[in-house]
Amino acid sequence: MNAPHVGQSIRRKEDYRFLTGTGTFVDDIALPGQSYAVFLRSPHAHANLRSIDVTKARACAGVTAVFTGEDLAAAKVGGLPCGWLITDVNGQPMKEPPHPPLAQGKVRYVGEAVAVVIADSLYQAKDAAELIEVDYEPLPAVVHAADARKPGAAAVHDIAADNTCYVWALGDKAAVDRAFAGAHHVTTLEFANNRLIPNAIEPRAALAAYSRGDGAYTLYTTSQNPHVERLLASGVIGVPEQKLRVIAPDVGGGFGSKIFVYAEECVIAWAAARVNRPVKWTAERSESFLTDAHGRDHVTKAELALDPDGRFLALRVATTANMGAYLSTFASCIPTILYATLLAGQYTTPAIYCEVTAVFTNTAPVDAYRGAGRPEATYVVERLVDAAAREMGIDRAEIRRRNFIRQFPYQTPVALCYDTGNYEATLAAALDAADVAGFEARRAESARRGKLRGLGFSAYIEACGLAPSNIAGSLGARAGLYEAAQIRVNPTGSVTVFTGSHAHGQGHETTFAQVVADRLGIPIENVEVVHGDTGRVLFGMGTYGSRSIAVGGTAIVKAVEKVIDKGRKIAAYLLEASEADVEFSNGAYKARDRGKTFAEVALAAYVPHHYPLDKLEPGLDETAFYDPTNFTYPAGTHICEVEIDRQTGETRIAAFTAVDDFGRVVNPMIVEGQVHGGLSQGIGQALLEGCVYERETGQLVTGSYMDYAMPRAADLPSFKVGLEETPCTHNPLGVKGCGEAGAIGAPAAVMNAIVDALAPLGVRDVAMPASAERVWRAMRDAAK
Amino acid sequence: MVSLTLSVNGRIVDAEIDPRMLLVEFLRERLRLTGTHVGCDTAQCGACTVHLNGRAVKSCNVLAVQAARAEVTTIEGIAAADGELHPMQAAFREHHGLQCGFCTPGFVMNAIDIARRHVSPTEQTIRAELDGNLCRCTGYHNIVKAVQAGAAVMRESGDRP
Repeated sequence: MNAPHVGQSIRRKEDYRFLTGTGTFVDDIALPGQSYAVFLRSPHAHANLRSIDVTKARACAGVTAVFTGEDLAAAKVGGLPCGWLITDVNGQPMKEPPHPPLAQGKVRYVGEAVAVVIADSLYQAKDAAELIEVDYEPLPAVVHAADARKPGAAAVHDIAADNTCYVWALGDKAAVDRAFAGAHHVTTLEFANNRLIPNAIEPRAALAAYSRGDGAYTLYTTSQNPHVERLLASGVIGVPEQKLRVIAPDVGGGFGSKIFVYAEECVIAWAAARVNRPVKWTAERSESFLTDAHGRDHVTKAELALDPDGRFLALRVATTANMGAYLSTFASCIPTILYATLLAGQYTTPAIYCEVTAVFTNTAPVDAYRGAGRPEATYVVERLVDAAAREMGIDRAEIRRRNFIRQFPYQTPVALCYDTGNYEATLAAALDAADVAGFEARRAESARRGKLRGLGFSAYIEACGLAPSNIAGSLGARAGLYEAAQIRVNPTGSVTVFTGSHAHGQGHETTFAQVVADRLGIPIENVEVVHGDTGRVLFGMGTYGSRSIAVGGTAIVKAVEKVIDKGRKIAAYLLEASEADVEFSNGAYKARDRGKTFAEVALAAYVPHHYPLDKLEPGLDETAFYDPTNFTYPAGTHICEVEIDRQTGETRIAAFTAVDDFGRVVNPMIVEGQVHGGLSQGIGQALLEGCVYERETGQLVTGSYMDYAMPRAADLPSFKVGLEETPCTHNPLGVKGCGEAGAIGAPAAVMNAIVDALAPLGVRDVAMPASAERVWRAMRDAAK
Repeated sequence: MVSLTLSVNGRIVDAEIDPRMLLVEFLRERLRLTGTHVGCDTAQCGACTVHLNGRAVKSCNVLAVQAARAEVTTIEGIAAADGELHPMQAAFREHHGLQCGFCTPGFVMNAIDIARRHVSPTEQTIRAELDGNLCRCTGYHNIVKAVQAGAAVMRESGDRP
């Protein structure tokens, strides 16, 4: 019997190639005769483009072509589309300004591409780009979200004179106002959710080839969703969809920043046909900082109304969200559909109202970044809960318990319906693992060394696997939200799994193989997982929102079930039994005392000499599309313990405990690895990372690893990670998803711990990232 | 153009190169040893780490001509001839010290150097020594475990100068 794989920490199939330097990332690919592209970028945050003179650049040795926005417009290359239409409070569509791949008439953020040079070598292209003469007329810039709607602020787009993309709201405002009017206590916080730069370590890259013989394009690019890329990019450059093959091979991290269908890959693909040669572009890190879609960037006022027992009566939230200069592929749905809907958290708060104002500024476009809306929502709820507990003198675990949702399914007042959960279990396990009972003794010990110690909680909820498509469509989604899978059984009984999910670190080649091996009862070595190529995989929506196992995994299970069902028909014929009498288990079909292995049935399907050809097609190859009926709802409790140096304000993470409920877990090793990574990005947001633009000029101050503080090994602790398993009720694997939880829960836990440490000094809040300077200033200001 | 002779993964290489060519470009573009990656342009991320005469260096910060007559070892050159992983590579696999795999070659090359310089590196030592390598996926938790385990195997097998 084949040992079960699901639930085991199987070592990863993909590791050998990465460990031996034989992976294939886009920049590792070289095509014969390839040329190199360099983009000339705007040094201004906001300026009119008076003229662009490319004469000298075109005359340089080795230069094949130079293109500007005017060339693209003349060739009818379209703008980059936004994938989600938000309708505002007045029933009007959001403002959706055109987004040309190369600037036309105006530049709107530092780093916006103005021209592209294509040459025989990278150095030649770089040298020539320096000779392009652009006459800019600089204009005043607007940078901060809080400044965008101020009177006299520069207008980023003519169609949005007040820089407002939309004002959107969710919830029952009247009910919330009534609850606040009668509340025993109101806790209010105002804060920013700091803008972040995702920083996948592999910079974005694109390599395009054009075949004049058949008019076909091949685009290798760093994408989390190659089929979405094909659909949108083919439209942008005006190529029939079937003539564009998109391959996202090994991709070195995404975290949401590789969802966006960017200008560069569209320009590269279009240009490959124009110069009739392969064209390659790889971002330098400086370009990544300037032009990768950024994340977060909210300014929020949040109020929680409570009764005398600390029960939550209502939540009122007003958020301004920075979209950047243009709408990225999913910018518009992040501070709305993926944010306001999460504001119930783990609690029975009966009335919630959230108003979101999305604004344009002269900064890089904002898009999904690990968690995308849900970290911002968790930050609002969990900071408020800790603050309310402190203000009312209630234990912070106790106030959460008093408000936990305990009956499922649970319909929140902000549209979502949680199918299942067990918040008490994750809280209890976290309290135990973090030894919260021993905290006061540790705090006293720190005090003896002159340090301030604090403990912070964050009990988060997440919604993964955005679905179903019809409801999302009614809310403005311009895409389906299903996933596709194909199970191709080979004649020898091995299996190739084609999945529309895309892995860029998540280990799908192992996790999905575990699922398929168990369902078919075959060795995991006999299962190959293929992803990331529109020429091989039927279709797919790609990987985002922690959806791959819940949606992509379920699509695979559905296809496997079809394979098993067809195999049963073949086996019934071979075994001379009725189909109803044939059972499939442990890799074999059995009827009475006779049996056929899965491999024997597969061979019969492809060599159909003894086969019911009159009733059944040969072959064993099935596809499935799966559109979920609901989101999945992972949840958990994170507990952070910090120690702060009173003299310097330096904050050290003394311990970090995360107990998460992801439903059933296929590979605990991989899941824990996902949690570690999420936590480090969440802790990074809280303590280290912050994208800074100069407020007047829009120049990016944090434009390199010398200026943008990425978490390094010595900045982080080893984590204590625990798992509870409350299975999802609406998918066959019982899985929920795990990729973003760490980044969702961690920031509030860290900041609550810092505030807890500083509360005795009278500090109520510290802005993220809580650098030593900020913490030191908070302590000093509180002492005044 | 200038002439360059060096040893890469035990093989002698002669080439004519542009003097401004970086070692990492030479390895990737000329020799097609694409396991060494480029993750930044300020010598901060460490994805390009290789061994130059046995020491871990960032190959984006070395001109190819500076490696003249030197011995360079890349990630492609550390497994056994039959493909069996080096103990440090095996430890990264066993402890899930990699996710997307892009930064991994740099970490492995630096980790081997760390193990050769420290008999039994503590967690604190490893975290300090990894300061020049950025990973965005793992939170370093499993990398630290992998380096510790790989160093122990290397110590037992006598792989120290």
